[in-house]
Amino acid sequence: MKSTILAGALLAFATATSVHAQAIKLADVAELSGGGATVGTNWKNGIDLAIEEINAKGGVLGRKLEVTHADSQSNPGVARAQVQKALDAEPYVLLGPGYSGSVKVTAPLAAEAGIAQIMGGEAAELTQAGNKFLFRTSFGQQSSMPKVAKYIHDDMKAKAVAVVWVNNDFGRGGRDVVVKELDRLGSKVVADLSTEAGQADFAADVGKIKAANPDAVFVYLNEEESARILKELKRQGVTAPLMGETTLIGQKVIELAGDAANGARGHVGLTTDAPVDLIKAFRDKFAKKYNYVPDHNGLKGYLAIYMVKATTDKMGKADSKAFADTLHGLTIKAADEPGILMDVTFSDTGDIDRQSFLVEVVEGKQVVKQVLPKVK
Amino acid sequence: MSNLFDLLVAGLATGAIYALVAVGFTLLWQTSQTINFAQGEFVMLPAFLMLAAMHAGAPFWLAIILGILLSMLLLGLAFKMLLVDPMMRHGVLPLAIATMALAIGLKEAVKQFFSAEASPFPSIVPTGDVSILGHAVSLQSIGVLVLAILAVFGLTALLNRTSLGHQMQAAAQNPTVARIIGVPVERMILLTFLINAFLVALASLLITPIYLAKFTSGEVLGQAAFIAAIVGGFNQVRGAIAGGLLIGVLDNLAAAYVTTQYRAAVPMIFLIAVILFRPQGLLGRAEERTV
Repeated sequence: MKSTILAGALLAFATATSVHAQAIKLADVAELSGGGATVGTNWKNGIDLAIEEINAKGGVLGRKLEVTHADSQSNPGVARAQVQKALDAEPYVLLGPGYSGSVKVTAPLAAEAGIAQIMGGEAAELTQAGNKFLFRTSFGQQSSMPKVAKYIHDDMKAKAVAVVWVNNDFGRGGRDVVVKELDRLGSKVVADLSTEAGQADFAADVGKIKAANPDAVFVYLNEEESARILKELKRQGVTAPLMGETTLIGQKVIELAGDAANGARGHVGLTTDAPVDLIKAFRDKFAKKYNYVPDHNGLKGYLAIYMVKATTDKMGKADSKAFADTLHGLTIKAADEPGILMDVTFSDTGDIDRQSFLVEVVEGKQVVKQVLPKVK
Repeated sequence: MSNLFDLLVAGLATGAIYALVAVGFTLLWQTSQTINFAQGEFVMLPAFLMLAAMHAGAPFWLAIILGILLSMLLLGLAFKMLLVDPMMRHGVLPLAIATMALAIGLKEAVKQFFSAEASPFPSIVPTGDVSILGHAVSLQSIGVLVLAILAVFGLTALLNRTSLGHQMQAAAQNPTVARIIGVPVERMILLTFLINAFLVALASLLITPIYLAKFTSGEVLGQAAFIAAIVGGFNQVRGAIAGGLLIGVLDNLAAAYVTTQYRAAVPMIFLIAVILFRPQGLLGRAEERTV
């Protein structure tokens, strides 16, 4: 009897070890606390949802996906240490971080290890440094900002524009491109205001905007700061139209800013309100699992996992070293891999080409006003 | 000019909240030599207590009352009995370090049990503008300013016009003599802790709709209020009020007319100047202590 129990236990252990060995291991480093907690939490939840779906259908090439989540505390220094730790465990692919500053300091580590890094950062410079292992999940600023500047000039007819940006890699990158484009198009930047990450009080900044009397205000801050400045703009009665990017009109910003978010417009590479059936289905699944509507970071995390799946399926094997080469130049069609939600093409630099949206917040909801097609 | 007026109003509104928190600093210092480095977190926590009450189904007005009562219980009574009283006998410095530890504990607890993300918080003052001297001023700014000033005036009246206030002052100025003439010194000290808890809960109610409810939101406030208390005079309630208003206005004017990037440095530079040239604070009185 004893020997039967022992044999059973050994068999169970052997089976468990074998399943464990077969799993494809992914490592995620995200902003789970600190100023970027909204970004990181959505990103993580998107990842977990996609992995749950894929594993429920038998995994990738018959192997389950496993992910470990580490908290960068929204701090590039901590992110670097966490990424180094994650790479030491030799993951198949590295996921995150979401903040451009954290991506900038961690990308060389992943490249040195030869591990592909799928991240959420949007700073233009990230994919311009010749890194062959870095991939975006959303538009870089060099793709989105010209569209934003064109909209401010052509559609908003703004001759004088106030630009408010957050003083970090993300904010500075966006500011540089949009100011250059506005200048090229003939709109004058009448106020160029840098703010700090985590800033709580925007009374003085909004006072400066009021004094400059612009035709439009371009706001390029992180989510929580966007909500605070929207409230302050309303509090001080600024009536100039507000334009931004995803971070100005995201779900979390709308929730935090309440009425003050109404009327704000933004160019959005990804939105859960997009008139795309697969995205609507994603939104419902996410809301059912987590009891809230995700922002674009939830979509990014979800897409990152399906990028892993589509690339691995294309290779026919889980080869960490060949992953980046396979993803460069790859077009993934939503018809073939519904989890990718929209057709997407990856360039040789890791940038993406995909359709995008122009969104306005109306009565607390994102309303898509225009669909901008894929470039190629 | 219009810009300057807006900045002054916004600065005074923020400064009034700093003043509420700074007054608490000075009260605790005067009565029990407690330097509470968790004062900023004391402002952060009541908002979460109110949010928790609302999540449990309480209407906003009831959540406010529950939040204030719970704050007085936790940040007043429990703080004094469980942390200040046992640590006090070891001296001012160990107590100050213990309050730093408490600050970290409170932040981590809120992060763990509530969320690391910011949450919206309703405002007790309606949105909208009123016209003052031809300038549109937001009702929120005025509401914050008026409520904070009322609280400070109420406190000053309590301290200066009532027997209870006189007993509190006596207990703060000379506890030994106060005991001899029959003042219940321990009870008076407890009362200052409860008043401090009430003030931080009120500050929380006023500032959170603007700053959002977040576990880190006390850091900025605690630092600003600490600077305000030192600038104004750590041993004078009126000094803390003046310091709070001054720092609020200075911060806004510095951000607008000097630089937004170094706005946090301006109050610090001012603090250094005050320590160098008037160490007792602008309205404080010099104190001598045996070392």
